[in-house]
Amino acid sequence: MSFTLLLIQCLNGLQYGTLLFLIAAGLTLVFGVMGFINLAHGVQYMVGAYLVFAFHQLTGSFLVSVVLSMVAALLFGLLLEHFVFRRLYGRDHLTQVLATFGIIIFLNELAKVIFGPATLSIQPPEFLAGSIQLTEQLRYPVYRFVTILAGLVVAALLYVTVTRTRVGMLIRAGATTPEMVSALGVDVQKLFMIVFGVGAMLAGFAGVIAAPIFAIEPGMGDNILIIAFVVTIIGGIGSIRGAFLAALLVGLFDTLGRTLLTEGLELVFPPSFSTQVGPALASMLIYILMAVILVVRPQGLLPAKGAA
Amino acid sequence: MSVLEIRGLNKHFGAVHVSRDISLSVPEGQCHALIGPNGAGKTTLIHQISGVLRPDAGEIVLAGRNITASAIWQRAQAGLGRTFQLTSILPSFSVLENVALGAQAKDGSSFRFFRPAARERTLNDTAMTTLERLNMAERAHVPAADLSHGERRLLELAIALAGAPRFLLLDEPMAGLGRVESAMLTDILADLRRSIPMLLVEHDMDAIFRLADTVSVLVNGQVVAQGTPDEVRNDPAARAAYLGDSKT
Amino acid sequence: MMRVDRSFLVMGLVFALLLAAPFVLPLIGQAYLLNLLIKAMLLAIAAISLDLLIGQGGMLSLGHAAFVAIGAYAAAIGLDSGIENILVLLLIALAVSGLYALVTGALALRTSGIYFLMITLAFGQMTYFTLTSLAPYGGDDGLTLWSLATLFGSDVVQSGGHLYIVILLTLLVTWWGVHRLSNSRFGRVLRAARDNPERTEIIGFSVFRYRLTAYVIAGMIAAVAGLLTVQQAEFVSPALATWQRSGDLLVVVVLGGLGTRNGALFGAFFLVIVEEVLGSFMHEWRLLYGPLLVLMALYARGGLSHLLLPAPKVSDPAKSGAAKTGAHLVNTEQAT
Repeated sequence: MSFTLLLIQCLNGLQYGTLLFLIAAGLTLVFGVMGFINLAHGVQYMVGAYLVFAFHQLTGSFLVSVVLSMVAALLFGLLLEHFVFRRLYGRDHLTQVLATFGIIIFLNELAKVIFGPATLSIQPPEFLAGSIQLTEQLRYPVYRFVTILAGLVVAALLYVTVTRTRVGMLIRAGATTPEMVSALGVDVQKLFMIVFGVGAMLAGFAGVIAAPIFAIEPGMGDNILIIAFVVTIIGGIGSIRGAFLAALLVGLFDTLGRTLLTEGLELVFPPSFSTQVGPALASMLIYILMAVILVVRPQGLLPAKGAA
Repeated sequence: MSVLEIRGLNKHFGAVHVSRDISLSVPEGQCHALIGPNGAGKTTLIHQISGVLRPDAGEIVLAGRNITASAIWQRAQAGLGRTFQLTSILPSFSVLENVALGAQAKDGSSFRFFRPAARERTLNDTAMTTLERLNMAERAHVPAADLSHGERRLLELAIALAGAPRFLLLDEPMAGLGRVESAMLTDILADLRRSIPMLLVEHDMDAIFRLADTVSVLVNGQVVAQGTPDEVRNDPAARAAYLGDSKT
Repeated sequence: MMRVDRSFLVMGLVFALLLAAPFVLPLIGQAYLLNLLIKAMLLAIAAISLDLLIGQGGMLSLGHAAFVAIGAYAAAIGLDSGIENILVLLLIALAVSGLYALVTGALALRTSGIYFLMITLAFGQMTYFTLTSLAPYGGDDGLTLWSLATLFGSDVVQSGGHLYIVILLTLLVTWWGVHRLSNSRFGRVLRAARDNPERTEIIGFSVFRYRLTAYVIAGMIAAVAGLLTVQQAEFVSPALATWQRSGDLLVVVVLGGLGTRNGALFGAFFLVIVEEVLGSFMHEWRLLYGPLLVLMALYARGGLSHLLLPAPKVSDPAKSGAAKTGAHLVNTEQAT
């Protein structure tokens, strides 16, 4: 494998990692603050992707679609919160799982009915369509750079919000000692709504920026949700910093594993064996990483206690 | 020979030294009381004995067996019976089944998958005898969730006793009990201590002076006085640190 | 003990109906319904094993379909390698699923509550992706089997023989076995650990070991359902291991009534019927099924068993705790 290819894979891993972070951040906050296990969080990602597709059809402008999609994703999240999730906060996890599972089934089917079962795609906007010459042989798409950048900016904003603002202080307090927050006389209902709305919007944003890169299809949020769970476990539930670190780790591990593992095996084993075992092993890699973390640090890399 | 022997126990929480060189021993047929103001480290000590926490240094020996590093359940298997400060029972089980579970822990393996446990004579007989001993036999078939607070405290003791413990660790057994109930439980414990030595953490001084053969006074994680109840009552250090403020 | 008698009565009735079905249905020209019944019975076997985990053990697993798939693939790969005796394949399926449950269970049980749910979900997904990358066995597309298992050369365990009866008997044995297990010493410790793990540990039981054992047993039972699925479908694919399948199993267990004797059975038939009936009205039946789940989760506590067989006031301790749709699950979560 050439150095160039390795660099590209690293960038792809970074890009996947920032995407994962956007999803895992909402998941970990919602769970940390409300103790609410939201399987339908991945659906928000799908909703974001479909929204940007639909708005793009209507307006023809990518930037306008992005803004409209974010607003719509937020509204959609708040709507779900108001009509369903609000009733689930105090309930046991089994009820939460069942209800949010029902929502996934409904929305996946709805997406299929409205947009059809086939995969859709949209093009990145003109001014982001080119690629940048990094080294002599290496060109990397501008759009992917922008998504990495956008992801990092959002991560930084979120980090500042959580560590420096009053809402952030309440979120951190909520993630470690929920009793304290209500003791402070805070409108918990409102705090929950804010956290939930932000989480939904972040996942929606991830879907929006992922739309020009990955295929848009019904159920696209399901698999990435589970990876986001893995990120949450590795990072430590309720921890933003943990989610960030774990998301990048998982993104790089997964992307590099898929290319490096088979080649690595070929150094030792015959190619026929390597091409068969390599992919299987590569798809297990992040779960193995999770298992190792569980053995070494069952509470995750950067548990929420003390810091967000 | 001592049934419970604690030697040089030390425990830190960060910079806070919560157990300082604690040593105590309880011989056969005796009740040792542990007293001290709130925050003195009694609960931390109890947790170290029962295995919830591991000491940083020191040894705990139960019936000749070093259990310092054993898991919670292994300590129970080694003969340590325990009750909780906040009542901890199985509310969805009947009273009898609660106690039968205690008996089950000591009667052969529980990796038995086929025979209905509710029909095992030996378990039910042990449970029933234990309940009779605590005057609770007629409540045997009531769901544990329906018991009164006092009855729950007795049930806790029954669960521990059904496991035929070599030693009892009682964490504020009188907590939340009325005068009559306290007196009754004190009678029961007075009866028990000759056959099962015990470590008693309690605030009820009447009970302590009636039950305890020896007393340790714990202040700031340290044993400041140790001896018979009368010796401790007259010990200036103990008075100053603990008894003093309740007497004046 | 009224309740126990009644649950046996109900099971007896269900069993009698299922036994009569292959003789009666063809007479009235509805033979195709037998396939639905087989589907429901296989679902019920897997759901009963999941209920052992959730209802009795308080272990909220969202990766149980992986064990069905592992059982199925173990059988399929065995068949593909020329092993035909179903008893040998059964042993292989049990060994592989048991070992997998032992390893993943030991890891997942290092935590509890919500972590446990996420980790079982993740391991389930790992199984799915691993199966999709098994290129020699069809990868994504799965594997069609040209020869099926036999019982010492007899086709009694195939669709052409008496597969229906074999599955019915397996269901009965599973139901009865899990019922016995729930009431055994082991089951009592498992329920105690569900309600109050700290207390159970203090009494002298290693909660971890009992839970892990239950996890392995449940995984092996699910694998049996997988093995039989191969005999029925003559085909395996990674779709068996998707997390939606695990979700379906969860739905079956909860809708039927958590920790109740016949809940998994009711739930399985209910799901298959709902799918069939809704599906016959409209192609997009999931648009109704999804909201139905939400409503059931929010408002129907206790599941079908409670609607069909309301519990007497003083209920059997074996079930009363679990019947409150997972209220006890909160207990294990405190530990995280």
